[in-house]
Amino acid sequence: MNPIPTSYFVALSAILFTLGVTGVLVRRNAIIIFMSVELMLNSANLVFVAFARQFVELSGQIFVFFVMTVAAAEVAVGLALIVAIFRTKQSINVDEINQLKG
Amino acid sequence: MTPELILFFLLAAVAIGAALGMLFSRNAIHSALYLVLNFAVVAVFFLLLGAPFIAMVQVTVYAGAIMVLFLFVIMLLGAEILRQPSKVLPWQRPLTLVLGVLFVGAVLALLSLAPRAPEAPVALADDALRKFGGPLNVGQVLFSRYLLPFELTSLLLLVAMIGAVVLVRDEKKP
Repeated sequence: MNPIPTSYFVALSAILFTLGVTGVLVRRNAIIIFMSVELMLNSANLVFVAFARQFVELSGQIFVFFVMTVAAAEVAVGLALIVAIFRTKQSINVDEINQLKG
Repeated sequence: MTPELILFFLLAAVAIGAALGMLFSRNAIHSALYLVLNFAVVAVFFLLLGAPFIAMVQVTVYAGAIMVLFLFVIMLLGAEILRQPSKVLPWQRPLTLVLGVLFVGAVLALLSLAPRAPEAPVALADDALRKFGGPLNVGQVLFSRYLLPFELTSLLLLVAMIGAVVLVRDEKKP
Protein backbone atom coordinates (compact mmCIF):
# COMPACT_ATOMS: atom_id res chain seq x y z
CA MET A 1 0.00 0.00 0.00
CA ASN A 2 1.42 3.33 -1.09
CA PRO A 3 0.48 6.29 1.11
CA ILE A 4 -0.70 9.44 -0.66
CA PRO A 5 2.15 12.02 -0.71
CA THR A 6 1.83 14.83 1.80
CA SER A 7 2.42 17.43 -0.91
CA TYR A 8 -0.87 16.46 -2.58
CA PHE A 9 -2.71 17.37 0.60
CA VAL A 10 -0.81 20.65 0.86
CA ALA A 11 -1.80 21.52 -2.71
CA LEU A 12 -5.45 20.65 -2.11
CA SER A 13 -5.41 22.69 1.09
CA ALA A 14 -3.93 25.69 -0.74
CA ILE A 15 -6.72 25.51 -3.32
CA LEU A 16 -9.42 25.30 -0.63
CA PHE A 17 -7.82 28.17 1.31
CA THR A 18 -7.75 30.36 -1.80
CA LEU A 19 -11.40 29.59 -2.47
CA GLY A 20 -12.13 30.71 1.10
CA VAL A 21 -10.22 33.97 0.63
CA THR A 22 -12.08 34.52 -2.64
CA GLY A 23 -15.36 34.03 -0.83
CA VAL A 24 -14.47 36.62 1.80
CA LEU A 25 -13.47 39.16 -0.83
CA VAL A 26 -16.20 38.56 -3.41
CA ARG A 27 -19.39 37.86 -1.49
CA ARG A 28 -21.41 40.58 0.23
CA ASN A 29 -23.59 38.39 2.46
CA ALA A 30 -22.09 38.45 5.97
CA ILE A 31 -23.14 34.85 6.69
CA ILE A 32 -21.44 33.56 3.52
CA ILE A 33 -18.31 35.51 4.48
CA PHE A 34 -18.37 33.63 7.78
CA MET A 35 -18.73 30.31 5.98
CA SER A 36 -15.71 31.18 3.84
CA VAL A 37 -13.70 31.81 7.01
CA GLU A 38 -14.73 28.34 8.19
CA LEU A 39 -13.51 26.92 4.89
CA MET A 40 -10.11 28.55 5.41
CA LEU A 41 -9.81 27.21 8.97
CA ASN A 42 -10.74 23.78 7.70
CA SER A 43 -8.06 23.81 5.02
CA ALA A 44 -5.51 24.70 7.71
CA ASN A 45 -6.76 21.69 9.71
CA LEU A 46 -6.16 19.47 6.68
CA VAL A 47 -2.51 20.57 6.51
CA PHE A 48 -2.11 20.05 10.26
CA VAL A 49 -3.31 16.44 10.01
CA ALA A 50 -1.26 15.79 6.86
CA PHE A 51 1.95 16.92 8.57
CA ALA A 52 1.01 14.99 11.72
CA ARG A 53 1.16 11.86 9.59
CA GLN A 54 4.34 12.97 7.81
CA PHE A 55 6.27 13.43 11.07
CA VAL A 56 4.42 10.77 13.14
CA GLU A 57 3.66 13.45 15.71
CA LEU A 58 0.28 13.69 17.38
CA SER A 59 0.64 17.39 18.25
CA GLY A 60 -0.64 18.27 14.78
CA GLN A 61 -3.88 16.45 15.47
CA ILE A 62 -4.18 18.06 18.93
CA PHE A 63 -3.91 21.50 17.35
CA VAL A 64 -6.84 20.66 15.09
CA PHE A 65 -8.88 20.37 18.28
CA PHE A 66 -7.87 23.83 19.38
CA VAL A 67 -8.60 25.28 15.94
CA MET A 68 -12.05 23.68 16.09
CA THR A 69 -12.66 25.18 19.54
CA VAL A 70 -11.67 28.64 18.36
CA ALA A 71 -13.87 28.20 15.28
CA ALA A 72 -16.85 27.24 17.43
CA ALA A 73 -16.34 30.24 19.72
CA GLU A 74 -15.88 32.53 16.72
CA VAL A 75 -19.07 31.28 15.07
CA ALA A 76 -21.10 31.73 18.25
CA VAL A 77 -19.97 35.33 18.77
CA GLY A 78 -20.00 36.17 15.05
CA LEU A 79 -23.51 34.93 14.45
CA ALA A 80 -24.68 36.80 17.57
CA LEU A 81 -23.13 39.95 16.09
CA ILE A 82 -24.89 39.33 12.76
CA VAL A 83 -28.23 38.88 14.53
CA ALA A 84 -27.67 42.09 16.51
CA ILE A 85 -26.76 44.02 13.34
CA PHE A 86 -29.74 42.61 11.46
CA ARG A 87 -32.04 43.85 14.22
CA THR A 88 -30.91 47.45 13.84
CA LYS A 89 -30.25 47.67 10.08
CA GLN A 90 -32.58 44.97 8.64
CA SER A 91 -29.74 43.86 6.38
CA ILE A 92 -26.61 41.72 6.48
CA ASN A 93 -25.08 43.19 3.35
CA VAL A 94 -21.58 44.21 4.45
CA ASP A 95 -21.63 47.19 2.08
CA GLU A 96 -24.52 48.71 4.01
CA ILE A 97 -22.71 48.35 7.34
CA ASN A 98 -20.40 51.26 6.58
CA GLN A 99 -21.00 53.76 9.33
CA LEU A 100 -19.55 53.58 12.79
CA LYS A 101 -22.26 55.69 14.42
CA GLY A 102 -25.21 53.66 15.70
CA MET B 1 -2.29 4.88 -10.34
CA THR B 2 -3.03 3.13 -7.07
CA PRO B 3 -6.59 2.90 -5.69
CA GLU B 4 -5.65 5.37 -2.94
CA LEU B 5 -4.61 7.99 -5.48
CA ILE B 6 -7.78 7.51 -7.52
CA LEU B 7 -9.83 7.91 -4.34
CA PHE B 8 -7.83 11.02 -3.43
CA PHE B 9 -8.40 12.73 -6.77
CA LEU B 10 -12.10 11.86 -6.82
CA LEU B 11 -12.58 13.23 -3.30
CA ALA B 12 -10.46 16.30 -4.04
CA ALA B 13 -12.66 17.06 -7.04
CA VAL B 14 -15.76 16.75 -4.85
CA ALA B 15 -14.22 19.00 -2.16
CA ILE B 16 -13.24 21.72 -4.64
CA GLY B 17 -16.59 21.46 -6.41
CA ALA B 18 -18.42 21.84 -3.09
CA ALA B 19 -16.30 24.87 -2.18
CA LEU B 20 -17.05 26.45 -5.57
CA GLY B 21 -20.74 25.68 -5.09
CA MET B 22 -20.65 27.43 -1.73
CA LEU B 23 -18.99 30.44 -3.31
CA PHE B 24 -21.32 30.91 -6.24
CA SER B 25 -24.80 29.84 -5.15
CA ARG B 26 -27.25 32.70 -4.80
CA ASN B 27 -29.12 31.12 -1.93
CA ALA B 28 -27.34 31.07 1.44
CA ILE B 29 -29.06 27.79 2.40
CA HIS B 30 -27.51 26.08 -0.63
CA SER B 31 -24.12 27.54 0.34
CA ALA B 32 -24.41 26.07 3.84
CA LEU B 33 -25.34 22.64 2.46
CA TYR B 34 -22.40 22.70 0.03
CA LEU B 35 -20.15 23.55 2.97
CA VAL B 36 -21.50 20.53 4.90
CA LEU B 37 -20.56 18.35 1.90
CA ASN B 38 -17.08 19.88 1.89
CA PHE B 39 -16.62 19.18 5.63
CA ALA B 40 -17.77 15.57 5.16
CA VAL B 41 -15.22 15.06 2.37
CA VAL B 42 -12.47 16.58 4.53
CA ALA B 43 -13.48 14.12 7.28
CA VAL B 44 -12.82 11.29 4.81
CA PHE B 45 -9.40 12.84 4.13
CA PHE B 46 -8.73 12.77 7.87
CA LEU B 47 -9.56 9.04 7.85
CA LEU B 48 -7.13 8.50 4.96
CA LEU B 49 -4.46 10.38 6.94
CA GLY B 50 -4.79 8.12 9.98
CA ALA B 51 -6.86 10.43 12.17
CA PRO B 52 -10.12 8.55 12.80
CA PHE B 53 -10.94 10.42 16.00
CA ILE B 54 -10.44 13.85 14.41
CA ALA B 55 -12.61 12.70 11.52
CA MET B 56 -15.48 11.87 13.86
CA VAL B 57 -15.06 15.18 15.69
CA GLN B 58 -15.09 16.94 12.32
CA VAL B 59 -18.42 15.33 11.42
CA THR B 60 -20.10 15.93 14.78
CA VAL B 61 -18.74 19.37 15.67
CA TYR B 62 -18.15 21.02 12.30
CA ALA B 63 -20.68 19.44 9.95
CA GLY B 64 -23.10 18.91 12.83
CA ALA B 65 -23.10 21.62 15.44
CA ILE B 66 -21.52 24.60 13.67
CA MET B 67 -23.40 24.20 10.40
CA VAL B 68 -26.71 23.68 12.20
CA LEU B 69 -26.02 27.00 13.94
CA PHE B 70 -25.42 28.62 10.54
CA LEU B 71 -28.59 27.18 9.02
CA PHE B 72 -30.56 28.20 12.09
CA VAL B 73 -29.40 31.82 11.89
CA ILE B 74 -30.00 32.01 8.11
CA MET B 75 -33.55 30.76 8.53
CA LEU B 76 -34.14 32.91 11.62
CA LEU B 77 -33.16 36.08 9.80
CA GLY B 78 -34.83 35.07 6.54
CA ALA B 79 -31.71 36.34 4.81
CA GLU B 80 -31.29 33.64 2.18
CA ILE B 81 -30.91 36.09 -0.69
CA LEU B 82 -29.57 39.63 -0.57
CA ARG B 83 -32.01 42.11 -2.00
CA GLN B 84 -29.86 44.17 -4.31
CA PRO B 85 -26.41 43.56 -5.74
CA SER B 86 -23.93 46.11 -4.50
CA LYS B 87 -22.19 48.73 -6.56
CA VAL B 88 -19.34 49.36 -4.12
CA LEU B 89 -15.80 48.48 -5.25
CA PRO B 90 -16.63 47.12 -8.72
CA TRP B 91 -12.97 46.32 -9.47
CA GLN B 92 -12.66 44.01 -6.48
CA ARG B 93 -14.06 40.85 -8.10
CA PRO B 94 -11.78 40.62 -11.14
CA LEU B 95 -8.77 41.57 -9.01
CA THR B 96 -9.66 38.84 -6.51
CA LEU B 97 -9.91 36.20 -9.23
CA VAL B 98 -6.56 37.21 -10.77
CA LEU B 99 -4.75 37.25 -7.40
CA GLY B 100 -6.35 33.96 -6.33
CA VAL B 101 -5.20 32.21 -9.51
CA LEU B 102 -1.72 33.70 -9.02
CA PHE B 103 -1.57 32.48 -5.41
CA VAL B 104 -2.60 28.91 -6.24
CA GLY B 105 -0.16 28.89 -9.16
CA ALA B 106 2.66 30.07 -6.90
CA VAL B 107 1.94 27.39 -4.27
CA LEU B 108 1.72 24.62 -6.86
CA ALA B 109 4.94 25.80 -8.53
CA LEU B 110 6.72 25.84 -5.16
CA LEU B 111 5.48 22.33 -4.38
CA SER B 112 6.67 20.99 -7.73
CA LEU B 113 10.06 22.72 -7.35
CA ALA B 114 10.63 21.63 -3.74
CA PRO B 115 12.92 18.67 -3.15
CA ARG B 116 11.04 15.40 -2.79
CA ALA B 117 9.86 15.11 0.78
CA PRO B 118 10.56 11.75 2.36
CA GLU B 119 7.58 9.46 2.00
CA ALA B 120 5.27 9.10 4.96
CA PRO B 121 6.53 6.33 7.20
CA VAL B 122 5.67 2.94 5.75
CA ALA B 123 5.08 1.52 9.21
CA LEU B 124 2.11 3.85 9.43
CA ALA B 125 0.64 2.39 6.27
CA ASP B 126 -1.01 -0.60 7.88
CA ASP B 127 -1.90 -1.46 11.43
CA ALA B 128 -0.11 1.33 13.27
CA LEU B 129 -1.90 3.93 11.18
CA ARG B 130 -5.21 2.88 12.64
CA LYS B 131 -3.93 3.14 16.22
CA PHE B 132 -1.91 6.34 15.66
CA GLY B 133 -4.77 8.83 15.72
CA GLY B 134 -7.19 6.75 17.73
CA PRO B 135 -9.03 8.08 20.79
CA LEU B 136 -6.59 6.40 23.22
CA ASN B 137 -3.44 8.05 21.83
CA VAL B 138 -5.08 11.42 21.23
CA GLY B 139 -6.55 11.43 24.73
CA GLN B 140 -3.24 10.56 26.36
CA VAL B 141 -1.42 13.42 24.61
CA LEU B 142 -4.29 15.87 25.11
CA PHE B 143 -4.57 15.27 28.85
CA SER B 144 -0.86 15.20 29.63
CA ARG B 145 1.21 17.47 27.41
CA TYR B 146 -1.63 19.80 26.39
CA LEU B 147 -3.58 19.84 29.64
CA LEU B 148 -3.21 23.58 30.30
CA PRO B 149 -4.25 24.67 26.77
CA PHE B 150 -7.15 22.22 27.03
CA GLU B 151 -8.34 23.84 30.25
CA LEU B 152 -7.89 27.29 28.72
CA THR B 153 -10.22 26.38 25.84
CA SER B 154 -13.00 25.89 28.42
CA LEU B 155 -12.43 29.49 29.50
CA LEU B 156 -12.57 30.58 25.84
CA LEU B 157 -15.87 28.77 25.29
CA LEU B 158 -17.31 30.31 28.48
CA VAL B 159 -16.34 33.81 27.32
CA ALA B 160 -17.81 33.11 23.87
CA MET B 161 -21.06 31.92 25.41
CA ILE B 162 -21.36 34.99 27.68
CA GLY B 163 -20.50 37.22 24.73
CA ALA B 164 -23.18 35.67 22.53
CA VAL B 165 -25.81 36.00 25.26
CA VAL B 166 -24.91 39.64 25.95
CA LEU B 167 -24.87 40.55 22.25
CA VAL B 168 -28.35 39.26 21.41
CA ARG B 169 -29.97 40.40 24.66
CA ASP B 170 -32.98 42.67 24.25
CA GLU B 171 -31.86 45.92 25.82
CA LYS B 172 -35.29 47.46 26.22
CA LYS B 173 -36.34 44.89 28.77
CA PRO B 174 -34.72 45.17 32.23
